[in-house]
Amino acid sequence: MNRADRWVLPEGVEDLLPEQAERLEWLRRQLVDLFQRWGYRLVIPPLVEYLDSLLTGTAEDLDLQTLKVVDQRNGRLMGVRADMTPQVARIDAHRMQGEGINRLCYIGPVLLARGRALDPNRSPIQVGAELFGHRGPESDLEVMELMLAALETAGVGEVVLDLGHVGLFRALAEAAGFSTELEAAVFDALQRKAMAELEGLLQGEEPALCSAILALADLVGGVEVIHRARTQLGAFGEGVMAALDELERVSQGLRARRPGLRLSLDLGELRGFHYHTGLVFAAYRVGDGRALALGGRYDHVGEVFGRARPATGFSMDLRQLVECSALSLSQSRPICAPWSDDPALHHHVQALRAQGRTVVFVPAAQMPTQGVRLERVAGQWRLIEEDEENFTS
Amino acid sequence: MNETLTIALSKGRIFKETVPLLAAAGIHPVDDPATSRKLILETNRADVRLVVVRAADVPTYVEHGAADLGVAGKDVLMEHPGDNLYEPLDLGIARCRMMVAARPGQSTPRRRRRIATKYVQSTRRHFAAKGEQVEIIKLYGSMELAPLVGLADAIVDLVDTGNTLRANGLEPTEHIADISSRLVVNKASLKIKTTAVRALVERLAQAVAASKEAASCND
Repeated sequence: MNRADRWVLPEGVEDLLPEQAERLEWLRRQLVDLFQRWGYRLVIPPLVEYLDSLLTGTAEDLDLQTLKVVDQRNGRLMGVRADMTPQVARIDAHRMQGEGINRLCYIGPVLLARGRALDPNRSPIQVGAELFGHRGPESDLEVMELMLAALETAGVGEVVLDLGHVGLFRALAEAAGFSTELEAAVFDALQRKAMAELEGLLQGEEPALCSAILALADLVGGVEVIHRARTQLGAFGEGVMAALDELERVSQGLRARRPGLRLSLDLGELRGFHYHTGLVFAAYRVGDGRALALGGRYDHVGEVFGRARPATGFSMDLRQLVECSALSLSQSRPICAPWSDDPALHHHVQALRAQGRTVVFVPAAQMPTQGVRLERVAGQWRLIEEDEENFTS
Repeated sequence: MNETLTIALSKGRIFKETVPLLAAAGIHPVDDPATSRKLILETNRADVRLVVVRAADVPTYVEHGAADLGVAGKDVLMEHPGDNLYEPLDLGIARCRMMVAARPGQSTPRRRRRIATKYVQSTRRHFAAKGEQVEIIKLYGSMELAPLVGLADAIVDLVDTGNTLRANGLEPTEHIADISSRLVVNKASLKIKTTAVRALVERLAQAVAASKEAASCND
């Protein structure tokens, strides 16, 4: 490595300089406070864990995203977390023994070993909230509302809330009795809404079912999609109807709570299919292809830790939020004071700092003659706030 | 709601064959990319514009949302990693086949076969599915030359009429995939600009169906 590129950081890993770092920290505090006001208690899971606990019961792609290191004390393999949600689910299932509703929130850096397709950043700061111990639209609505409140706090502007339900494809695939291979191929094509491919794959399967799966890919739009879905998918049993009922209940609830909210339904959306068990949702900003926040229901995730608990929640990347945020911090300019041993000055500075003002010491010879400063006037230290014109010739 | 749509197209065959489909959907480009040097082409509709990019870049523009829709060959999509795009419509244009080609009567070498291609992912998948381990040599063009000068034992390339292969003494040996151009759609655009995107996809689907019908009448 030569001198010229010694400063280069790994791909997707970056410093935040004061301006960004201050905005991020400000927002971090706002969000933690917001979650606390909603009754979500903060947990701080560790940055590294043994793989056995970190990856148990999670999807394969999380394994690929997890950077591995060896614990030199015992040779066991540890992973640097790529997602905090499973950690929080572990905490709920294993460390907190209540049977009732448990609301937790978290914030901290994660590391994506491979990065994501549309985002160069490999070190997001994940922030999220999870509600354990309740299954039903009430808790789904609560976390969605909290997510929207968090996005408002971040000042990201108008968002579109996208709703889906993985139970629909699950019920249809079950009714069809696909082989594992065919299900994977259909899943892949459905995720890309590749109609021509889907038609090819489903050739020879039961026609009514084929048209239902093809319809699923095209069920995108406003709440009217649910009614279309009832006629197009209704024949395929209770699982489908239950999922549609949930979607309807939740969209009505959202409309009642937030009449101006732009809702989009995509019933063929299969994001997180292997992890989620019911309603899935995401928030998009107009004109941005990346989701700002992702969430959904993932019941039974704690099963591997001994306690299957219903769960729903969401998470976001604080760095992305700050990047999209229109908020600017209004900061008062720092007060300058000369370096000095005068106890009266230090007393003055302490009082100002206690009021929340920023005071910086500068060498006496470099004291500015303009701007906000502490100056000795007639033997007394005085705070000079006004910009005084300096007419000396 | 007035929502602007940006459509990414590549110059050449795809552009030429997409224009009639867009025309059927009521969209006419104001400039011709063959004569214009502009990369953003306005259309007769204020809410639709075209951007002209390299064929292999179309999926990238669309998945990042720099364009809402695009037209990309299946060959390009097969090489493009991830599933961050929707590809709802087979436009049935720019048809050809992706094939393995070699010199006729060539004996199988005792080592792993060397395959020269621009389509590394598709080639890897094809030979892996066959259970044959090959060495892939990535080239950017003139693949037909590689077997003639001993760089490779075979090539994987797109074959339309087969004239270029014949002119260089090669013949197709295996069929990998039928290729045609697909309409690709940005995932967020479909969710956010649902009405505009769906209307366009629907009109293009009608245009494709109509041209298919016309083609079958001519047969």
